[in-house]
Amino acid sequence: MIDFGFGVNVARAVNMDRNNLDTAHDIFNSLPDLQACIACGSCTATCTAGNLTSFNFRKVHTLVRRGEYKEAYSEMSKCMLCGKCRLVCPRGINTRGVVLTIKKKLGDY
Amino acid sequence: MSKRYSWNEFQKEIADDHYFYARSCIRQNFFPGSEQAFLNIMRNDLGKDVFEDARHTSCTGIGYHSDIVPLETIMTVVARQFALMTEAGYENLTSSCITSFGIYTEILETWKEFPETLEQTRKSLYEATGRTFEIPKNVAHTSDVIFHNREQIAEKAKLKLVNAMTGEPLRVVEHIGCHYAKIFPSKGVGGSEFPYVLAGMIESWGGEVVDYPERRHCCGFGFRNYLVQANRGYSVANSRKKFESMAPYKPDFIVCNCPGCTMFLDKWQYTLAEMEGSTYGQDNRGIPVLSYEEMAGLVLGYDPWELGMQMHQVDVEPLLDKMGVDYEPSSKYLGKKGKFIGAPKSAIVNSSPAEKYYRIKR
Repeated sequence: MIDFGFGVNVARAVNMDRNNLDTAHDIFNSLPDLQACIACGSCTATCTAGNLTSFNFRKVHTLVRRGEYKEAYSEMSKCMLCGKCRLVCPRGINTRGVVLTIKKKLGDY
Repeated sequence: MSKRYSWNEFQKEIADDHYFYARSCIRQNFFPGSEQAFLNIMRNDLGKDVFEDARHTSCTGIGYHSDIVPLETIMTVVARQFALMTEAGYENLTSSCITSFGIYTEILETWKEFPETLEQTRKSLYEATGRTFEIPKNVAHTSDVIFHNREQIAEKAKLKLVNAMTGEPLRVVEHIGCHYAKIFPSKGVGGSEFPYVLAGMIESWGGEVVDYPERRHCCGFGFRNYLVQANRGYSVANSRKKFESMAPYKPDFIVCNCPGCTMFLDKWQYTLAEMEGSTYGQDNRGIPVLSYEEMAGLVLGYDPWELGMQMHQVDVEPLLDKMGVDYEPSSKYLGKKGKFIGAPKSAIVNSSPAEKYYRIKR
């Protein structure tokens, strides 16, 4: 093997063909109201944990949708379950339920 | 009717004859036979008038896209090319490089939108060189010109893009390059969404176009991405993405529109093979990469070594054998008067019998 002084960059694109979405579908089946999310980000804006750390509830939701569970699970442990996000959600989603479900379903990750 | 009208924006007017020819910096270094093949095909096979002026220079596109040549400077350099064209009495410009083509198009559009920049350029050119110029009536890339004449070439064809052993059409990956139609889609045949300039040639000459997922993806050339060594990992990653996407379709060869893409898709195969041990062609070899002039030349029965195909990184012999091209393997690295011009070391990406071929007449 020749060293050319550079490597081959790894793509940051999410490959939806390779990610296993079974667990994501399981989470959405358990909490059908999560389908109503419009990704407005109000949950993140009002989040107490997000105010002091890089925790971003909307990002976690996106990671789960893409099947990137490992990062989602480690992020989710930052939530303090205060429930402020539930008060501001314009679609009335049980966000605390979402947090608990994700932690439960992604326990293996 | 409305559907047919919608295709108008993907058509392009291409001049029929009397072209002023502008060469490419990269092609003259890496695929020098291609430009000569274009002139031979146009002048000898099609009987067209193509004029070139030895005084024309680089369009400085590499410097422009690398942020070291300012817009005003490149406008003046381009104006000088137009001045040479005007002085020679030509109105149709054809450029061998798609970056030059993109730059000519970009500058002409800029002059149209901002006439004061045209006046400033005229002034700068006159002060620097004493020349004046006319705006070309038609600007076409040389692949447009070959595309325009593809049926005449098909009529004169000695070979088809067909596997001589099985009679099956050859499977061809085509790559039009970003600067051809992604800057101004209306200036390219088929735009950037429905690239047809090379596909049209392939279909007319009997081949089969492979429509693979990353067909429109960039080859990774991107000027700044390869000029800095540390950035080349990004460049090569783009090519790998394309190779991985096209490999399952088992293409017989790749044909490229752009000088940079031809070079990178050819040479990055060697780099990837040496870095990772991965090859993407059939029988664990590389996929031969041709320019459209080389493809046209093979179809018209030109000798592959006259076309400069010994300059390729990936060996073209497997393709020549498939097409049934009559060639002399041992004269691959013989230049004028039979002088040995030197041969590259064997590489993973190349076919195994290479050693045997190259050393015959040494």
